[in-house]
Amino acid sequence: MSNPLALIGRTATYLLLLLAAFISVFPFFWMLVGATNTSADVIKGKATPGGALWTNIVVFFTSVDMPRILFNSFFIAGVGTALTLLVSSLAGYGFEMFRSRFREKIFGSLLLMLSIPFAALMVPLFIMMANLKMINTYQAIILPTVASIFIVFYFRQATKAFPHELRDAARIDGLKEWQIFLFVYMPVMRSTYAAATIIVFMANWNNYLWPLIVLQTNEMKTLTLVVAGLTSAYTPDFGVVMVGAIFATLPTLVIFFLLQRRFVEGMLGAVK
Amino acid sequence: MAQSGFARNEQWNGWLFVMPALILLGLFMIYPILWSLWMSFQVGRGMNFSFGGFNNILRLTQDPVFIRALTNTLTFLAIQVPIMLILALLFANALNDSNLWGRSWFRTAIFLPCVTSLVAYSVVFKSMFAQDGIMNQMLMALHIIGDPIPWLADPFWAKVVIISAITWRWTGYNMIFYLAAMQNIDRSIYEAARIDGVPAWARFWYITVPMLKPVILFTTVISTIGTLQLFDEPNLITNGGAPSDSTLTLSLYIYNLSFRFMPSFGYAATVSYVIVVLVGILTFIQFLAARDRRA
Repeated sequence: MSNPLALIGRTATYLLLLLAAFISVFPFFWMLVGATNTSADVIKGKATPGGALWTNIVVFFTSVDMPRILFNSFFIAGVGTALTLLVSSLAGYGFEMFRSRFREKIFGSLLLMLSIPFAALMVPLFIMMANLKMINTYQAIILPTVASIFIVFYFRQATKAFPHELRDAARIDGLKEWQIFLFVYMPVMRSTYAAATIIVFMANWNNYLWPLIVLQTNEMKTLTLVVAGLTSAYTPDFGVVMVGAIFATLPTLVIFFLLQRRFVEGMLGAVK
Repeated sequence: MAQSGFARNEQWNGWLFVMPALILLGLFMIYPILWSLWMSFQVGRGMNFSFGGFNNILRLTQDPVFIRALTNTLTFLAIQVPIMLILALLFANALNDSNLWGRSWFRTAIFLPCVTSLVAYSVVFKSMFAQDGIMNQMLMALHIIGDPIPWLADPFWAKVVIISAITWRWTGYNMIFYLAAMQNIDRSIYEAARIDGVPAWARFWYITVPMLKPVILFTTVISTIGTLQLFDEPNLITNGGAPSDSTLTLSLYIYNLSFRFMPSFGYAATVSYVIVVLVGILTFIQFLAARDRRA
């Protein structure tokens, strides 16, 4: 540390990180302060807490059927996550444990399909759902997301670490393949499931474009759509919008702080 | 005999496990993407289609709104992705130093934006970049600018806002990938370089960056795919591509063609195939570039 150049470098590093941390955290602070201010004050850039919090909350809850909206959001994200984990972990396990040349080829083509953009699917998916009379239903939102190639990969990678002796022992004990999956594999892999739950739940909770296309009546809308709707009003009431934004961020924020390590693990899953 | 029965059973079980996912992918991915290809050759409005041959592709070349959406999307891609990945690499490198004070605090803070919902953060950014908003006030207080910038009303600054917003949201995400990869690099390589008197920047450039090549490729590919599909931010922060289509993206244009105006699904499908082709070409180039540099 006697080297003056090293000292300058060190100071620059801290300044860079402090600035980055400030920029990263400031919008959260802005969201919290904004919820306590009137819309005019938010637009004028008032950065101190104001007295409009209660008014904003009241306006939010009178303009939004919150119990219904929360139910929609939690139902879609919850059921969607459970089905995604089941279907995708079955496939990840299947691809890793039962190898065949043909299935390896299919797995390889899944890799290519990972780069199919949703933008190219939304129009035909919408027409498909319209033909099936499923517009404005939960299943129209949930079904296309259930088979996630990303999560199939994630489980296949994780399954490589699953001890084969456990499976052999279970076979000798006479367990059927589905029983091995259900009673041996799933409990052993619970931390993989936890990490996958976090990323899938978050993706479902935050999903915007597909629900925007499919959910058309107010009583079917998710919290994400409602907050977006409040924002795109001709003159949005920003204080009220901030209250909505806080509610929309809260679940994922709570999960993040409770399960920080798992959270990061889940995100890293694909490249392990 | 028993052996072949067992083998047949294995085959059967293998298919049973992967079948639900394959059926769903077939229904909701392969079928729609093929249908979309067929649709891109159809012309007509609403649900009335007729075969139009290459008419839609011709229309692309003469459609100023499409050209603008394409230019905007490629501009976002060319500017935003490099800035974000370089920042992520720098932050990861700084945080990889175990002697750094407050390391886990910095890491959590920079990662925090990834936790927000796209809609919530878009709303927050929209209010921060208002004409008299907090952004202009802070920059004026610091004497970085003299007059308020019309962030959302000016075509150039609106693009800057969108790029800053996406960079804010995703830098920490990419940083986490780099950090994890850096922690797998053998410490002794750095020790050896240090003893040989290799300065810090050279250790970063000649050891860290080459070792991270696979992760850098991975993050470049996913960021490219993500940015090519950009929708949420311009739809919410700049009200669907305002001012005067300066932040209109390909995804927004597809959405407008299909759901905002009188639907012209065939043409929308053609525009969506532009994204498919772009993703394909850019991913291919990125893989080639990564391979070349290794040789």
